[in-house]
Amino acid sequence: MFEQADAVLLARIQFAFTVSFHFIFPAFSIGLASYLAVLEALWLKTGRDVYLGLFKYWLKIFALAFGMGVVSGIVMSYQFGTNWSVFSDKAGPVIGPLMAYEVMTAFFLEAGFLGVMLFGMNRVGRGLHFAATLAVAVGTFISAFWILSANSWMQTPAGFSINEVGQFVPESWLEIIFNPSFPYRLVHTVLAAYLTTALVVGAVGAWHLLRDRANEGARVMFSMAMGLVMVAAPIQIFAGDMHGLNTLEHQPAKVMAMEGHFQSHPDGAPLILFGIPDQERATVDYEISIPKASSLILKHDLNAPLDGLETVDRADWPYVPIVFWSFRIMVGLGFLMLALGGFGLLARLRGNLHQSRPLHRFALLMGPAGFVAVIAGWVTTEVGRQPFTVYGLLRTAQSASPLDAPAVAASLLAFILVYFIVFGAGTIYILKLMAKPPQITGPAGDMEDDAQPPVRAAGITPASSVSTGRAIGGQHGTHEGGPRR
Amino acid sequence: MTGFFDLPTIWAFVIAFAVFAYVVMDGFDLGLGILFPGFKPGPERSRVMNTVAPVWDGNETWLVLGGGGLMAAFPLAYAIVLPALYAPIIAMLLGLIFRGVAFEFRWRDPRHRRTWDIAFTAGSIVATFAQGVTLGALLQGIAVEGRAYAGGWWDWLTPFSLLVGASLVIGYALLGATWLIMKTDGVLQLKCYTLARNLGIVTLICMATVSAATPFLSGAYYEAWFAWPRVLFTAQVPLLVLICTVVFFIGLRRGWEFMPFLMALAFFTLGLIGLGVSIFPHVVPQAVTIWQAAAPDDSLIFMLVGAVVLIPIILAYTGYAYWVFRGKTGHEGYH
Repeated sequence: MFEQADAVLLARIQFAFTVSFHFIFPAFSIGLASYLAVLEALWLKTGRDVYLGLFKYWLKIFALAFGMGVVSGIVMSYQFGTNWSVFSDKAGPVIGPLMAYEVMTAFFLEAGFLGVMLFGMNRVGRGLHFAATLAVAVGTFISAFWILSANSWMQTPAGFSINEVGQFVPESWLEIIFNPSFPYRLVHTVLAAYLTTALVVGAVGAWHLLRDRANEGARVMFSMAMGLVMVAAPIQIFAGDMHGLNTLEHQPAKVMAMEGHFQSHPDGAPLILFGIPDQERATVDYEISIPKASSLILKHDLNAPLDGLETVDRADWPYVPIVFWSFRIMVGLGFLMLALGGFGLLARLRGNLHQSRPLHRFALLMGPAGFVAVIAGWVTTEVGRQPFTVYGLLRTAQSASPLDAPAVAASLLAFILVYFIVFGAGTIYILKLMAKPPQITGPAGDMEDDAQPPVRAAGITPASSVSTGRAIGGQHGTHEGGPRR
Repeated sequence: MTGFFDLPTIWAFVIAFAVFAYVVMDGFDLGLGILFPGFKPGPERSRVMNTVAPVWDGNETWLVLGGGGLMAAFPLAYAIVLPALYAPIIAMLLGLIFRGVAFEFRWRDPRHRRTWDIAFTAGSIVATFAQGVTLGALLQGIAVEGRAYAGGWWDWLTPFSLLVGASLVIGYALLGATWLIMKTDGVLQLKCYTLARNLGIVTLICMATVSAATPFLSGAYYEAWFAWPRVLFTAQVPLLVLICTVVFFIGLRRGWEFMPFLMALAFFTLGLIGLGVSIFPHVVPQAVTIWQAAAPDDSLIFMLVGAVVLIPIILAYTGYAYWVFRGKTGHEGYH
């Protein structure tokens, strides 16, 4: 099995590795670009320095994340050819134009206006600068539109025929672009990007509130982030449920793997909360489940029959353990986000949004949750559609380039090495920027506020004194009693 | 099937244009990376970097359009060429990663700024050299069987491809030096005049060598250049190079600021036209024609509608971005 599968397996690992790394950055920058546009709009409307301060603060972080997203994205666009050349030959006539449209409508827009957004504050008027920020934000959204359309088409292909050399030939572009799973995937993914950003912004706000409750920038960003989580988390759970129903209709084997249903359940399927799926024996060990709940969720009927993987040709099974667990991680984090949103709402109603230490700690812990959930969701949908690249039509094993294993292994090794060095450094730089408290100083329109060296030291010392002086709840201060609550 | 302005031909021109736009735009900012060790650490390097910091991202996007367009319009060519040139393409991507992140990272980490400066240079050189090798390997031909690459893993590595790789490094450095003449002044600019003159001489020698070697790679290239009456047309290319060479050196001597850059661009334009003369109508040289590799008409039409509307818009706002950052560049960015 090894000799033959080696190169394909390595190519799959390479794709999974590079796409997972890449996906982190757009997941963050889609939301952040919108956030920046909102901040700049608020600044233009109200003239309050705090919005400009926050804009500058997050702009630097955005620039780093965006840069890393671009360079890792270029790798993705060439990997189709290097490692998946047969797929490119066959699906290129359908997938290629979608990606070309992404480049022409989105990539250029973002890249073209990024320079004005980063460097142009003193060169163009406020209105034009805001237009540039808006262009970048819209660009990230259009980009998501095309990429998810292409991905969705691979999951639920539509609007094509197959020609004599085995290529997919477009018949209807409307059906291709708006293929059956696309609307659900787009909504689910864009909401995920917004939530991811909100959780990061919320965590950074929480981190600085834990140090200095009076920091105006931290207060504003925390409040905005919690507001978004409160609204987006429940919508996301609803959207995820709709997406799941769509998947059941078009990719039933994926849902069977997500649910861990090897056997069919003619009179109501249980919802497996925990268990260890065994692919070989087609069982789930140590199962803890709620009877009939899966039928209730998927069919809205306690006794509705649900098929299991036993009804599917074994050669067409996805690898269940990965899908089963990645799905649970995503859903679990989704409910934690809902809890955070609820907690935030409660604190807001009680008027202690900026005082509640437990809330701040919870928000801080949830900072990376969006990234984990996004990757887990991606794994669920991508591993769940295996063993196909174009669902039901083109197998992964038949999509790969005619490469020798050592060539793919060498490039995989190079990617791992470079990604860990480069994106590791980038992550450290982003964290360093986040560790600085947001400064709301200086006259509006001045972008070069980094030039004043004492800012950083001065920001920390008085902050703790302000914090103890203002601590109404008493013992949740900065001293020994702190960490216990 | 082989009419002159059918869809595959139009798309061949669109992709050629994307490659051209990439080479002339990313060429000069990669060139800055190649020249970087020649500039003093501190304000001088920061200034060099800032001449392209607001625009490099857009420049690089043409590479994505070239690659993505190839996949969309000529999927068969994309599927053959990329596995055949696996090693140089991976090297190019890795080089572009280091070069791209250096733009932000060097500002964020002053203690390791030297490290990111080296990453900037190394990434630029590796990416450029790999692009040259890719081009050279393409020109010398790719073994194809059925719908796939059928050669070995080191076929791309020949003296010719290495020569093209090295030539491109020199050529991009020339673009970078002449760009800096436009965007800077004072001592730095004087340094760039000298650099540009030396690099100009070496670039022209490289161009002559590559041009002289190419027609002898295959009979088809020889035919493309020297067949009668084609030669009346093709002979204009070296003639124009000669004229541009004269203008280039006069411009340098008289201290003109824009002409050297324009002439360096002209060298590249003429080089690319020469390339087109050699390989057209093949898309995988000597193996697959544009008509054999073309996607179905439905794909080509669908994209063409977008390209006709969008590419002029892209060029317009790209031009606007350059306009916003026109003039001499100072030391400080937004950082």
